[in-house]
Amino acid sequence: MRYAKPTTTAQAVSLLNEEQGISRILSGGTDVLVQIKAGMLEPDLIVDIKHLEGIKDITLEDGGYRIGAAVSGAQLGEHEGVAALWPGVVEGFELIGSTQVQGRATMAGNLCNGSPAADSVPGLITADAIARIEGPDGTRDCAIIDIPVSPGKISLAKGEFITSIYLPKRPERASDAYLRFIPRTEMDIAVVAAAVSLELDVDGVCIKARVSLGAVAPTVLLVETAADCIVGTKLDDAALEALSVACSAVCNPIDDKRGTIEFRTHTAGVLAKRAALIAYGRAGGQK
Amino acid sequence: MALDENGKRIFKVVGTRPPRPDGIDKVTGRAMYGADATAPGMLQGHILRSPHAHARIKSIDTSEAEALSGVKAVVTAKDFGLPDDESVLDVQDNCMARDKALYDGHPVAAVAASSAAIAKKALKLIKVDYEILPHVTDVDEAMKPDAPIVQTGRAMEDLPDGLSENVTYHFEFGHGDMDAGFAKADKIIERSFKTAATHQGYIEPHACLASMNSDGKGELWCCTQGQFYVRELCADIMQMDASQLRVTASEIGGGFGGKTTVFIEPVALALSRKSGRPVKIVMTRDEVFRATGPTVSSSTDVKIGMTKDGRITAAHATLRYQGGAFPCGTVQFGAQSAFAAYDLEAVQTIGWSALTNRPKEAAYRAPGAPMAIYAVESVVDELCQELNLDPLDVRLKNAAQKGTKSSYGPTFDDIGLKATLDAAKAHPHYAAPLGPNQGRGLSCGFWFNFGGNTCVSMNLNFDGTVGITEGNPDIGGSRASISQMAAEELGIPYEKVRTIVADTNSIGHNDVTDGSRVTFAVGLATIKAAREAIKEMCTRVAKIWDIDADAVYWEDGYAKPSGPNAGTFDPMSLEEIAAISAQTGGPIAGHHEVNADGAGVSFGVHLVDVEVDPETGATTVLRYTVFQDAGKAIHPDYVEGQMQGGAVQGIGWALNEEYIYGEDGLLQNPSLLDYRIPVASDLPNIDTVILEIPNPGHPYGVRGVGETPIVPPLAAISNAVSRALDLRMFELPMSPPKILKALSSKV
Amino acid sequence: MKNIHVSTTINGDPTEFICNPDESLLDVLRNRLGLTGAKEGCGTGDCGACSVTVNGRLVCSCLVLGVEAEAAEVETIEGMANGEKLHPLQQHFIDGAALQCGVCTPGILVAAKALLEKNPNPTDTEVRYWLAGNLCRCTGYDKIIKAVQSAAAEMRGA
Repeated sequence: MRYAKPTTTAQAVSLLNEEQGISRILSGGTDVLVQIKAGMLEPDLIVDIKHLEGIKDITLEDGGYRIGAAVSGAQLGEHEGVAALWPGVVEGFELIGSTQVQGRATMAGNLCNGSPAADSVPGLITADAIARIEGPDGTRDCAIIDIPVSPGKISLAKGEFITSIYLPKRPERASDAYLRFIPRTEMDIAVVAAAVSLELDVDGVCIKARVSLGAVAPTVLLVETAADCIVGTKLDDAALEALSVACSAVCNPIDDKRGTIEFRTHTAGVLAKRAALIAYGRAGGQK
Repeated sequence: MALDENGKRIFKVVGTRPPRPDGIDKVTGRAMYGADATAPGMLQGHILRSPHAHARIKSIDTSEAEALSGVKAVVTAKDFGLPDDESVLDVQDNCMARDKALYDGHPVAAVAASSAAIAKKALKLIKVDYEILPHVTDVDEAMKPDAPIVQTGRAMEDLPDGLSENVTYHFEFGHGDMDAGFAKADKIIERSFKTAATHQGYIEPHACLASMNSDGKGELWCCTQGQFYVRELCADIMQMDASQLRVTASEIGGGFGGKTTVFIEPVALALSRKSGRPVKIVMTRDEVFRATGPTVSSSTDVKIGMTKDGRITAAHATLRYQGGAFPCGTVQFGAQSAFAAYDLEAVQTIGWSALTNRPKEAAYRAPGAPMAIYAVESVVDELCQELNLDPLDVRLKNAAQKGTKSSYGPTFDDIGLKATLDAAKAHPHYAAPLGPNQGRGLSCGFWFNFGGNTCVSMNLNFDGTVGITEGNPDIGGSRASISQMAAEELGIPYEKVRTIVADTNSIGHNDVTDGSRVTFAVGLATIKAAREAIKEMCTRVAKIWDIDADAVYWEDGYAKPSGPNAGTFDPMSLEEIAAISAQTGGPIAGHHEVNADGAGVSFGVHLVDVEVDPETGATTVLRYTVFQDAGKAIHPDYVEGQMQGGAVQGIGWALNEEYIYGEDGLLQNPSLLDYRIPVASDLPNIDTVILEIPNPGHPYGVRGVGETPIVPPLAAISNAVSRALDLRMFELPMSPPKILKALSSKV
Repeated sequence: MKNIHVSTTINGDPTEFICNPDESLLDVLRNRLGLTGAKEGCGTGDCGACSVTVNGRLVCSCLVLGVEAEAAEVETIEGMANGEKLHPLQQHFIDGAALQCGVCTPGILVAAKALLEKNPNPTDTEVRYWLAGNLCRCTGYDKIIKAVQSAAAEMRGA
């Protein structure tokens, strides 16, 4: 295994593009180093991107925030602006691992690990966040939902890597929330997860919503049928029940050591309902 | 050694909370644990493990690994002999598979190399030809006549028809007329329960450093609960004299029973012997889970009859335990302890033990008792609910006490069960209001406690300080409590005493640190050694004063003349006596060697409040109080620490911890991510109430306290969850999917 | 696999070492620098026994490569006491019997120090969540939480 520490994006791209063997990006390392340790992965080249310019920056851009690919959970959590604008995204990311893991883990890494249970991904999808990708063909932007392909696989081409994630601006009376189910209070992988982002009118009626579920299918899902259940409502009990049913209906989970199909399907609906209520309250909705 | 007659003794050092002698080393990172040692020329040892649950080893080709540059030795079962003792052979076979790999993770070969990277590379070059065999991991399946046979020729004598050859042990205990007892009952409940295997979960993985010389002398440094037992096992396996192998116990990073045997030590010794270099082996967490001893898993049927007013008329339990791929007698402890808390006229327990394709069971804190008592206390609680009786009143009504013939045979002496139940009843926790979806559970717990072989040596230094040499690794603060007992007896300050844990050449045999025996047995031997030293000091003083030795007595750290007839002399302190000991006959010491009995059984009661989320099945522990009889709490902080730590291990067992095997017989969760031990944010404070009902078998009344606290949480939490849901739970762990499933089937 | 030369600062001391590119910072500390206070309980970031800080951030040193320490400031348990004077957390852990076997203790102390630097007056719940990544199997955490709080109180008063 070789270790490279490029200082420019171009260097990083060419290192990744020219590597004949297996290459991996190192940013927080909280997934990749575990995989190497477990013998699941034997990379020939590790490219540490933490020394690229701007890669650890959080910058205001068009009313939204551009978050560098090497921004850690601890750093993001300390940024009051992002937490105020996209609390659901921040809380999802901050749930990953321990305080120690938060000192290193990055959202881009969580996304590129390709896990359907990735805690930051449902929030990013409901936020309609955009990943900026550098590669041999230059720079491109890609919606988060188009990045995961299947468990452990993402859509980035050889030589490509994410340099930042953009969280767009949002109007007043809009907010989001993320909930996951784990058997303990910390330190687990999501058994089921739900993120809800919504926008209210002056009367507290939901005029726009996005709902996303994690760990219930091979990739994180965007559930438009569920969002439709709450648009036009004040999240009354009937709307929430419909949301819950719609969420459970789209689940296609697996039975594994972390949970059963039955449990995941049921709990997805419960969490979506609860996350919707939290987001509604954060957006200024009165129940 | 009986309780001192002055039972009302006012203690000066015992019962206080001085700083532990190993404290500074442990808070500064200086303490040396198993993996922290190095030796000149040291090699790294790594172990190749079976990827199959059950497979015949047709051949192992190590030639490519041996040829790799940097590899200094490769060993397989061929490098070990065949010990005569079957139990030693089992230990050896568990360390290195001979003909068959018996479980996922069973070692099949090992390499010592100049670096870890080379050793790992070499493992990949070893070619093992396996013939995969059918496997069984569930205890009930393993007992069926058509089950895959884990090991042939290990069945119990007179195996009953209809049972598999996997059944290795059968035990029965009890007394009284069962039919007559059940006939007297107003209500009989019979239920079946299952508990998953759990792991001790010590944070320090097993580690050792072995050095064998060509002259046959060996040195072994390892984290263990018993260096003497390690020496005996390793000497037997290596076919060397015990005197030639010196074993030094490192600081130990948790054991809970799991470090009472050997896994890697014989392998490191064999690699060292073959390579002629010191060899260090450190397990990964994955190896710890796959190949060191978890508990048994269990399947239990309990039937109890009760009168309307809460008197138990008869009680019956059948326990089926699997302890992995080797015979395991743990079910005996389960069958003995199941009904220990009750004074019963008719009681019977039957235990069965079966082999499965799982790692060999190792002791875990009160081995065998938690799962048995979980089943019993669950049925008692259900009877209380059905008969609308207060669960503490029912326990008090049936509680074992002094003079009770226990369900497993012996008649109890002074015990503290009623006192703990009374304390629980009087505690504000028991009367506190509960909210919606909340439930309160309680359970009794019991452990036998052990004494065992113990040696202590006490030396008075010329400056009046005292050194104590003992042979039991300190897993819960025992160096502090032993120093306290020595200081108490000698009448000197705690700070003047230093206790060390010696290697196997520096003191006589000590049994393993297990059975909650150390504060009791080593304490007892320490007190006896101190009394011997005191006797010698009085003899020396008598010589100085030129009076009879009988005319000198010891009080509060001074030798004094026993009365006017003895003469008038200024008392002499230990410091003064020690200072001139070279002139009065030489250094002064005391020592004591004993196979201690009279350990005194231990009872506890746990109270817990939980809240269950009816939509997700998640359980939150809201409040927890432990009541336990400690006999005499030498260092109350460490008694509380045992009560709190044991309770939390039990909480993990009740709610989330489990060995999960797939259809392929492979362990699915060998990591601290997916084997979910409780984290700090899962828990409330664990409140403690120490009762002190002196043990008649110890001079200060000490009872072991370490094991009992893991026994009650399983049933206490199950009872709390069952009451919160108004739905009985019969299986552990009560993970959220299980609770949700039970709820969905509730009519 | 060629070794890489690394210049770093550990507990305030300029330190140089060479290591393999795939070697963890924990392995470097323990095997190359003799700093065995950080322990490996899992190697996967699940137990926290290897906690150190790198540039002020609390991390698991098993999930950091040794080469990443280049030009960084690393703090370990060995640097916590000031000569013979224990840090208040260390003293309160001893006084409050907040350790039994002690193998998780270095990691917990390093983590707790990082907490109190960020939040000198945490609630019990905040302490429990901050330390959720530090597994302790002996104590049930009760006395650990109390010791952190009593150290915090002393540090606030000082």
